[in-house]
Amino acid sequence: MYMKKTITKMNKPKLRRRLFHIEKRVNRSAAGNGLLFTLMAICGVFMALPLVMVVNNALKPLDELFQFPPKIFVRSPTLENFSDLFVLMSDSWVPFSRYILNTVIITGFGTTGHVIFASLAAYPLAKHDFKGKNLLFSMVVLSMMFSWTVTQIPNYMIITWLGINNTYLALILPATAYGMGLYLMRQFMEQIPDSIIEAARISGASEFRIFWQIIMPNVKPAWLTLAIFQFQTLWGNTGYLFLRSEELKPLQYAMQFITLGGVHRAGAAAAVGFILAAIPITFFLICQSNILETMTTSGMKD
Amino acid sequence: MKPANKTKEQGDTFWQYIKKTKASYLMLAPFFTFFTLFTVLPVFASMGLSLTYFNMLEMPQWVGWGNYVKLLLEDDLFMLALKNTLIFALITGPVSYILCLLFAWIINEFSGKLRAFLTLIFYAPSISGQAYLVWNLILSGDRYGYLNGILLRFGFLQEAKLWMKTERYVLVALIIVQLWLSLGTGFLAFIAGLKTVDKSLYEAAAMDGIKNRWQELWFVTLPAMRPQLMFGAVMQITMSFAVADISIQLAGNPSVNYAGSTVVTHLLDYGAGERFDMGYAAAIATILFIMMVGTNKLVQRLLKRIG
Repeated sequence: MYMKKTITKMNKPKLRRRLFHIEKRVNRSAAGNGLLFTLMAICGVFMALPLVMVVNNALKPLDELFQFPPKIFVRSPTLENFSDLFVLMSDSWVPFSRYILNTVIITGFGTTGHVIFASLAAYPLAKHDFKGKNLLFSMVVLSMMFSWTVTQIPNYMIITWLGINNTYLALILPATAYGMGLYLMRQFMEQIPDSIIEAARISGASEFRIFWQIIMPNVKPAWLTLAIFQFQTLWGNTGYLFLRSEELKPLQYAMQFITLGGVHRAGAAAAVGFILAAIPITFFLICQSNILETMTTSGMKD
Repeated sequence: MKPANKTKEQGDTFWQYIKKTKASYLMLAPFFTFFTLFTVLPVFASMGLSLTYFNMLEMPQWVGWGNYVKLLLEDDLFMLALKNTLIFALITGPVSYILCLLFAWIINEFSGKLRAFLTLIFYAPSISGQAYLVWNLILSGDRYGYLNGILLRFGFLQEAKLWMKTERYVLVALIIVQLWLSLGTGFLAFIAGLKTVDKSLYEAAAMDGIKNRWQELWFVTLPAMRPQLMFGAVMQITMSFAVADISIQLAGNPSVNYAGSTVVTHLLDYGAGERFDMGYAAAIATILFIMMVGTNKLVQRLLKRIG
């Protein structure tokens, strides 16, 4: 089976990375392509609407922002909104870089921690045999179906009891153990053929080494996707419930505080909207384009 | 979080069993420690609270099944919310799910940066939490709302309609907005899942007489990504049944004659709104939980039949 795969890989032309090259595959008709891509284009216009508006609003001068009825496209673009925002940022309560640092710490540790913990726990759930496996797994799946509004109060009590209220850990630790991440990783790991794992075991690799060198490279699309979800969740978190010290609060909070300034801050608020969307989008694009490139080059290496 | 019934296996002493599974439990430990603390305990605590009256200021008072009796027999608003939610979930659930799959599958035909860009375009409504607020502009009730504007210009309407303030349009509008928001978690999971399908399967299938892409989808692709399909289904169920935010932001809470009320908006009324009855909110959450678990059982059984 692996022989065959290596051969097909070698025969493929190296055209993949060209931008508009549509992968030539068996069973594809030109009419079908045309139909599906037209459908895509029509729907794409509607889906892209919020992005288009965020970009245009950020470039609008004040008079256009308050125009009624609102127009989607900007007439005379300007960068004033951004310079307004930077002025506001320079006289914030604590140095603005502090908010950025807080966000980097919370999002960074929360995302990497979750990807590692969830993947590490997903591997035995997908591929090992031990007592209590099914119980643990169904607990994870079912946990996603309970409304989080209700669990917030017990959650708050537990975090206070652990003594991590008003620290970064109050946001980071719960984020490392969301059920969804484990479920996603386990589903992908389930597909890895047992034969590779068995082969590695026979040649003496420890379980941790198998996890790191065989499992993780093979589910790269999964953990990149999980990183996107987790980054997005943590990026959007203002930490209002747990973080009370000003010097611990994340960027999202500081930015929202600026937009609360009312009418005369509408321009800065539009710039805030742009920045708050631009960063997760950049992260998204980096992860998504890596999903591709690894999978076209790696496959099953052994 | 270790299972209680750790008996010895045949031919293994207890210690041999522990030794053999040591790596598994070590790998599970970090995740399940925090999972137990921050998810399992709070969920059980909430289920416990559902048997009490708890106004978040005084200690909870035991009321037994009282909340459930009130909820299922006396609360007319809950019944209306339940009906709305079921209609909503029954339509948006399957349709969104199929849209996720369809678009992921089409995007999979592209490669390189273009693919990442297209994924972004379709994921855009989900990437920033509040993107659906554009619909406030579209559905705005005066003649400057985009929808009213277009319909008036082409003569379909004589006067502007108050879309979100007219009972019979509310649920329909919410369903459309939710469909627009469909391509979220499940969509990205499918995108990643399609990349892990073994390419040689396609060539083998072509030799075995698969003639077009539709057959290929049904007989090759879908069975190969069954784990992702199951994941997508669970995400879809949790999303369709727990709808609340779009209803609150677009139709208001309470919406006109409760036309847009859902189980979770009802829950928020008690849990986070003015009524301060956490026990009752927890009872609603428990009922919703049971509904989702049941639906999930059914859907997982259906998915086993694909291909």
